[in-house]
Amino acid sequence: MSIEVRNLRKSFGDFVALDDVSLRIEKGELMALLGPSGSGKTTLLRIIAGLEIPDSGSVHLGGEEATGWSARDRGVGFVFQHYALFRHLTVLENVAFGLRVRPRRKRPREEEIRARVHELLELVQLGWAGPRYPSQLSGGQRQRVALARALAVEPRVLLLDEPFGALDAKVREELRRWLRRLHHELHLTGVFVTHDQEEALEVATRVAVLNNGKIEQVGAPQEVYDRPATPFVSGFLGNVNLFHGRVHDGRVYIRGTSVAVENGDRIHVGADGERAMIHIRPHLLDIHTTPNAKRAFAATIKHINSAGTRVKIELTSEWGDPVRVEVDHERLRALGLKPDARVYLSPREERAFVYQI
Amino acid sequence: MPSDEWELNCMLCAGLVSVPRDDGLVRMRQAASERAWAQVLIVGIAVTFLGVFLILPLLTVFAEALRQGVRVYLAAVTNAEAGSAIRLTLLTAAIAVPLNLVFGLAASWVITRFEFRGKNLLTTLIDLPFAVSPVISGMIYVLLFGAQGLLGKTLAAHDIHIIFAVPGIILATTFVTFPFVARELIPVMESMGSEEELAALTLGADGWQTFFRVTLPKVKWALLYGVVICNARAMGEFGAVSVVSGHIRGLTNTMPLYVEILYNDYDFAASFAVASLLTSLALVTLVAKRILGGKIEPAEVALQEGTQSKREAA
Repeated sequence: MSIEVRNLRKSFGDFVALDDVSLRIEKGELMALLGPSGSGKTTLLRIIAGLEIPDSGSVHLGGEEATGWSARDRGVGFVFQHYALFRHLTVLENVAFGLRVRPRRKRPREEEIRARVHELLELVQLGWAGPRYPSQLSGGQRQRVALARALAVEPRVLLLDEPFGALDAKVREELRRWLRRLHHELHLTGVFVTHDQEEALEVATRVAVLNNGKIEQVGAPQEVYDRPATPFVSGFLGNVNLFHGRVHDGRVYIRGTSVAVENGDRIHVGADGERAMIHIRPHLLDIHTTPNAKRAFAATIKHINSAGTRVKIELTSEWGDPVRVEVDHERLRALGLKPDARVYLSPREERAFVYQI
Repeated sequence: MPSDEWELNCMLCAGLVSVPRDDGLVRMRQAASERAWAQVLIVGIAVTFLGVFLILPLLTVFAEALRQGVRVYLAAVTNAEAGSAIRLTLLTAAIAVPLNLVFGLAASWVITRFEFRGKNLLTTLIDLPFAVSPVISGMIYVLLFGAQGLLGKTLAAHDIHIIFAVPGIILATTFVTFPFVARELIPVMESMGSEEELAALTLGADGWQTFFRVTLPKVKWALLYGVVICNARAMGEFGAVSVVSGHIRGLTNTMPLYVEILYNDYDFAASFAVASLLTSLALVTLVAKRILGGKIEPAEVALQEGTQSKREAA
């Protein structure tokens, strides 16, 4: 079922949670709402679910206007960040809840309920946990019970609020893969909220980046990562180095240097002399020991952290700003880099992000 | 600082710190023995206090009640007047407690689930019966429903008796025991949040289903706890009931009032016999309270955070 919201606004007192947000989610998509806390992503999800009422704007589910519908009637499955399992019910009864509260005419027979619950518990790999209580399960297990419970009512849309936010890194990664697989198998339309860009990029089919109650960019993970539309998006989707730039002859130069950055294909640069903002990801800066490259500026190495798959180097640029560069271990060895060494940095051709100020 | 000293002792044992001179050790031992003395003293004070102010009176009640033998005791608690007082007390509690249960549930539901104008005022008003003296609580009803009261004439005209009658006693008791259930539930419901209710809603449950299948089971121990305390107070209330009762023997005497009457009549054995019933109720209440108090916490804490069993299925 497709989901569409149009011109949503919502404030809590003086705080504007959503400021004229419109978004369309196609049937079968798994959309990530990505943003920092306070960006309005959870509010948007709760409005779609009917748990929050917008001040203005409308919600459309499957093409029908659903703004006034109660959460009961929307046919959405909602998974809460802190699971919200019924603590006094066993796992089995938790999953069966949605079926048991149906009006008598629509309620499946007891055997059917049991069969369905078992099927769902198998799906979330918790077939053995039926008679247990939520308090006897680990966080990851509880979250899977919550998912099975939401799926039991055969929702047309699955909404997940920071589903893995309260779990430790390893479990989180496992559940991510598992959610992607589940989405693939069930062809559900899904929306999940996250503040973890890795999670959004890895799991979602499309990502909507929110900031301050507005949508900054919507696109496929590759697209928002490679071509962030705003400085906020490029900064939120990974580390970036920030440079001030100036336009000269239609090219953007890092200010105070003769280093031009390739402008990519999408950014309109203003007239000569105008200022620009340049974002360059740490792994898109090349490091040299000699000033042979024409498009390079000098920097001094402050710190080298070689723990991990890549080496993270912190430097200070010739004009005094901090710069971060990532290289692989071989490169580090080949160059023989040491702290306090003077080196030269040049942006790689392909991807710097340039924004007009 | 006892903890510093304890640490030092540990370090000494582990050979981490060497003490240069012997008198240092001696001083430490002195300090330790001083600590022991202080402990004995504090525990002694606490025990003495408990004994004199709580246990002794408790024992006295039962000793006095049984002083003239079991037969007198049984006669005192089974005669007609005593029976009537017990029945009235039970009736009063049987009406006041359920009323306050419903009210307490409703009030805590409203206060913890909704934001509305006047919420603070309502929260404060719930505590009103705690704040005013029970005697005044009784007076309020005399001023309202008494012969000279605001509604006295109208009531008299319709031959409705509230003051110096059973309805007055029930009203006064209900008023005085008003806050107990709500006061118990509000913090518990607040700490539990409303996510489970919202989950029930998205799963298709209606308001009643949510209440009976989710909210009520969630707060049942806290609710029972509140009911037990509310009941204890309802049965034991003296001041407010005394004002509205009129002390008509066999008619408007509750147990606490009856105890006082017997005492004023110098019928000590009977007085303490009835008092012993109330005291027993108090003891039962304390035990119930202890058991219930233990039940409210664990279920809640277990689900909050932290107690994750390390059984993450692959």
